Amino acid sequence: MARLVAWRLPQIAVTLLLLSALTWLAMGLMPGDPLDLAMLGDPTLSAADVAKLRAVHGLDRPLHERYLAWAAAVLRGDFGYSRLFSVRAGAVLWPALLSTLTLLGWSLLLAAAGGVLLGVLGAARPWLGRAADALSILAQSTPSFWLGLMLIILFAVTLGWLPAGGVAEAPGWWEAARFLLLPVTTLALVNSAGYARHALAAMQAELAAPYIRTARMKGLPERAVLWRHAFPNAAIPLVTIAALDAGALVSGALVTETIFARPGMGKLIYDSIMGNDYNLALLALLLAALVTMLATLAADLLQRAIDPRLGH
Amino acid sequence: MRRSPSVNLRLVLGLAILALLAAAAAGAGIVQQMLGHDPFAPDLFQRYGEASADHPLGTDELGRDILLRLLHGGRVSLAVGLGVALGATLLGTGIGLLAAWRGGWMEAVLMRLADGLLALPALPLLVVLAAVDTGRFGLPRGEAVADIARITLILMLFGWVGVARLARAAALTQLSLDYVAAARVSGATEARVLLRHVLPNIASPIAVATALAVAGAVLAESTLSFLGLGIQPPAPSWGNMLANAQEMIFAAPWTAFWPGLAILLTVTACSLVADGIRLRR
Repeated sequence: MARLVAWRLPQIAVTLLLLSALTWLAMGLMPGDPLDLAMLGDPTLSAADVAKLRAVHGLDRPLHERYLAWAAAVLRGDFGYSRLFSVRAGAVLWPALLSTLTLLGWSLLLAAAGGVLLGVLGAARPWLGRAADALSILAQSTPSFWLGLMLIILFAVTLGWLPAGGVAEAPGWWEAARFLLLPVTTLALVNSAGYARHALAAMQAELAAPYIRTARMKGLPERAVLWRHAFPNAAIPLVTIAALDAGALVSGALVTETIFARPGMGKLIYDSIMGNDYNLALLALLLAALVTMLATLAADLLQRAIDPRLGH
Repeated sequence: MRRSPSVNLRLVLGLAILALLAAAAAGAGIVQQMLGHDPFAPDLFQRYGEASADHPLGTDELGRDILLRLLHGGRVSLAVGLGVALGATLLGTGIGLLAAWRGGWMEAVLMRLADGLLALPALPLLVVLAAVDTGRFGLPRGEAVADIARITLILMLFGWVGVARLARAAALTQLSLDYVAAARVSGATEARVLLRHVLPNIASPIAVATALAVAGAVLAESTLSFLGLGIQPPAPSWGNMLANAQEMIFAAPWTAFWPGLAILLTVTACSLVADGIRLRR
């Protein structure tokens, strides 16, 4: 285990380094720089002012010099200011992170619980298994932005039961839940497919194993065979999927947050990339990548703890 | 695994849907002549038209025929999907074979690269790459063909990973088998061993990965176009049609239905094909 961690941590550091350099380069190649955008917003800025501002902010220097300056500051723990919001990049991040954690937390919880339940029960009953298979293929193939739009058209436009988007302004959990219901449903449906398919396949494989026949011959009730004997073994691959999804808790759901006008991480990352807000975009992207990789590492460690065979 | 007639049904059903979609996209010109509309010309007297004999699926916010735009959008989506799948398969198979064959540090570097790409937040990165100003490299921007090439290239950068992982795993198994040793003993060159002996035997997992790459590419292209970074209007794509539809869900909710259904059908068909190949014996 210690070897795995010692091997993985430098890998994570290198990936973050490459990601930051690549993103910096790609953002540098996007049309316009921050001051072009500032000029659009303020017609009184003269060309001389802009040149002066460029020099002050170092934007007249080549791309790699600016990257190195940024990287040096980050290593000192200074992530700089957000261009779009004019406050420290970290300060913008927390509210968005909170919104995304709520949205994605509920969605992934429901997706995992529903998907795994469907998969396990589907493995026990062939007809339900086929239905689960068909449903998960459909769910996996559904574009989340279309599903979101369809739900809005049905429940917000036609029936008028729920708000089409935004966040609750009045206090109270019921008000918050009303705004969360449609985006959570969208994400939960789309994300449940992976859990259902993997749970189904893993359970079908486990139920064919000899130890299950032994358990049945002992006269155990089918429910105990399914949940106490087969499920713990089938759950091992599911840990990895859950870990890959953990990154989404931080990177958010760009498309769903856009459709439902929720100020989460996905929307923040999109807006900061489009608005040439280097500091904010990189901070958010690096955080998302870091959490994903740490979660994957945690999943690998957890798998080894559950299944000692994997350690060798 | 369970053996049943439904196994081949998936493959047949998936291929049939894809053939139908491809035929519809290819026949866009014929349908256009039959209906006698121009899917690119605005007709402001026909805005938000409901379905009629003249406009089978109605008209959009500029009075253009939705059915025709759907068919033309299909050309874009399928072109991107197939283009990405082709590129990703060639690249991924090459990298997977190379990693399995060479082993050592080459394998470590290539597979860590693949793992790294999988661990990154894909959509934000696609957004960054799609927003890059290709005009700086002297490439035209805003023309449909240039957009298709740009998006195809970007999606290929990520698409090879799935193919490479499957190809490497399958190739590792094959390379350890006796027939490979036999081929080497009988004097076959390494290139011949890889291309004539190993490659045909790993074709099935590669085909699965290719089908999944088409599905992923169609979804990703429509997502980027939906965000306004993919295919630029007035050229239609299923993604940018949905983006327009989002702005008029109160005025014309039905315009949002068809492009999404087309994406759903295409991606489902690809998943069915992948499953069908995987379960085939």
